Amino acid sequence: MNGAINKLPKGWDGLTSDFSSDQKAFKGMSWGKAMMWIFLLSDTFIFSCLLISYLTGRASTTAPWPDASIVFGLEMFGTSVPLLLIAIMTFVLISSSGTMAIAVKYGYEKNRKLCAIFLLLTALCGAAFVSMQAFEWTKLILVEGLRPWANPMGAVQFGSFFFMITGFHGTHVTVGVIFLLIMARKTWRGDFDTGRRGYFTTMKSDYVAIEIMGLYWHFVDLVWVFIFAFFYLW
Amino acid sequence: MTYYSKQKVKTHKIGIYLWIWGLLFVFSFFSYMVDYLNFEGSLRWTLIVLFMLSKAALIIAIFMHLFWERYAIVNALLWPMTLMLLFVWIMAAESEYTLLTRLFYFVIGS
Repeated sequence: MNGAINKLPKGWDGLTSDFSSDQKAFKGMSWGKAMMWIFLLSDTFIFSCLLISYLTGRASTTAPWPDASIVFGLEMFGTSVPLLLIAIMTFVLISSSGTMAIAVKYGYEKNRKLCAIFLLLTALCGAAFVSMQAFEWTKLILVEGLRPWANPMGAVQFGSFFFMITGFHGTHVTVGVIFLLIMARKTWRGDFDTGRRGYFTTMKSDYVAIEIMGLYWHFVDLVWVFIFAFFYLW
Repeated sequence: MTYYSKQKVKTHKIGIYLWIWGLLFVFSFFSYMVDYLNFEGSLRWTLIVLFMLSKAALIIAIFMHLFWERYAIVNALLWPMTLMLLFVWIMAAESEYTLLTRLFYFVIGS
């Protein structure tokens, strides 16, 4: 397989020869990985629609937009630090992406234990992120009185966009944490070495499953980069 | 290069991932500083977008390994994402028009 791939043309010549070839366009890529990429592309469209509708709503409202650095600020030692919680959440999610990349690397080296440990670390960071988001939501709902249909701090649209965008992203993180835990268990048990069949799929799997998991997790981090820039910093 | 077959694989050294991890921290810190130091106007927006795109490029290229993939998948993914920018531009123009009509009917036209 590896040898055959290296004989194919590379670069732009490879692009035309791959797309005009028989059977499959994405040479040397497992079907699961290709399908995860296609799914992530469609997910990009969903998040783009959410962020573009936020752009449209914010740019077209006549009511004043709340100052995000004050709304999401935290009191620390008597002084209010702007956006502190969001900054911590950003660093936690980036760290989880770092540990995930290392888990994928160890997966390809068939280093079963280190791969599982780094998957667990990633899940831990993800869970911490969701917990901080839950804290943020609680504060905004109970203390500030923010609702999807009402906002005492200014433009009404702020509430609906905030809950929709961060809620949809938080759902992705939560699903990711669940699958990270499942993958960590499978890796630790050695399913990818013994060829044990999956419970739902009844198929044998490989360490490529870790890379597919990694693609999803990095995508969740990628989406947060855009949410952080457009919703919290803009 | 990494492939999924059972054969012996060559992977990247751990250093490259730690480097990218560090760079992502630095860029995130810089974009947080944009808010902390209260930069305003086009300077603020330029810096935010610059740091955002740098982080996104590093994540997609290195962490998601797209840099080492064949051009077929790279092009199949990046062109549709680029086209979203057109959608952004269309809706930005549309929102300006909406704001104009709202200001007219809420304030002047009433």
